[in-house]
Amino acid sequence: MMSLEKYMPAWVKRIGAVTVLLLFVAGIVFWGSFNWALEATNKEEFCISCHEMKENVFKEYQNTIHYTNRTGVRATCPDCHVPKEWGPKMIRKIQASNEVWHKLLGSVDTPEKFNAKRHELAQHEWDRMKANDSKECRNCHRYDYMDYTEQGNRAARMHPKAFVEGKTCIDCHKGIAHQLPAIDQHIGKQNEGAVEISHGEKPEAKTEEKK
Amino acid sequence: MRFIPALALAAAVLLSGAGVASAQENLESLRGKTPINQEARSDNMFRPEKDQEIIPRNFQKQPPLIPHSIKGYNITQNFNKCMDCHSKERAEETGATKVAKSHYLDREDKKLSNISPRRYFCMQCHVPQFDAKPLVENTYKPAAKKGE
Repeated sequence: MMSLEKYMPAWVKRIGAVTVLLLFVAGIVFWGSFNWALEATNKEEFCISCHEMKENVFKEYQNTIHYTNRTGVRATCPDCHVPKEWGPKMIRKIQASNEVWHKLLGSVDTPEKFNAKRHELAQHEWDRMKANDSKECRNCHRYDYMDYTEQGNRAARMHPKAFVEGKTCIDCHKGIAHQLPAIDQHIGKQNEGAVEISHGEKPEAKTEEKK
Repeated sequence: MRFIPALALAAAVLLSGAGVASAQENLESLRGKTPINQEARSDNMFRPEKDQEIIPRNFQKQPPLIPHSIKGYNITQNFNKCMDCHSKERAEETGATKVAKSHYLDREDKKLSNISPRRYFCMQCHVPQFDAKPLVENTYKPAAKKGE
């Protein structure tokens, strides 16, 4: 111990080697439990522990390929809705405190209330995915590894075209895991005046005109 | 008007009685040989056909068949997935068949600016294809086309 003491920095000597060791262990325990708690909120079971999620979006998602498919590989709620990287994940988790607030307010606690807000909620996710280049999709679906010969005719035709145009997944793949809000497709009066869905082409075309 | 269903039923009974009698012995239905009071187990479920080129029509004015899988494509009050590609605004970009002009007419034959709501449910007429092979040979021939 005497020989080791020579190499110890002054601050270690001041508070003692044992205290330093304890602090180090405490740090690991603290970080571990923080991460554990964070991951616990990053599970499908946690998401659907709220009936808001269970009765609305989760039910719709059960009919889609990300819930059930041939190989049983799934994308659960956080796979699409929470970034994987630490920094963006923290930011998203802090933003989610707003969702806790609205849970307490009961903003979307019935399917009717949820559907009334469906467009706004969907728009948030579309904007988020557009802004981060559909990062959560691309965690699994990497277009540089796509084998077009294995894709259907339509997918093989559209994908290279869209990527060249700089489009991102969400531009075309809206409403793939949940139902869409009312979209004005110019068919009858039902959805007249509702939002029109964008396929990422409109802003693209405008910038080209300016050039 | 009441006599029509009765008449149709009578005709159907007569026809089926005459037509099926000979084929009945060797013809197996889609559910196989499972007795009617038991649940048929199908290991060989019909699967949707893979994407293919446009399927030629069998007769004039036949609603074109859907030559691609429509798995997960919903037509709801909020959104008509078919129109996401087949509408006139989208067809050029997506390379899909444009909705025919007849779909723009209301029931008084008045032209509308877009699809008539009575055409909203595409799959009432246009159907996707499955790999279900016909149980009996089909000898249907369309009437001669114009100019033939």
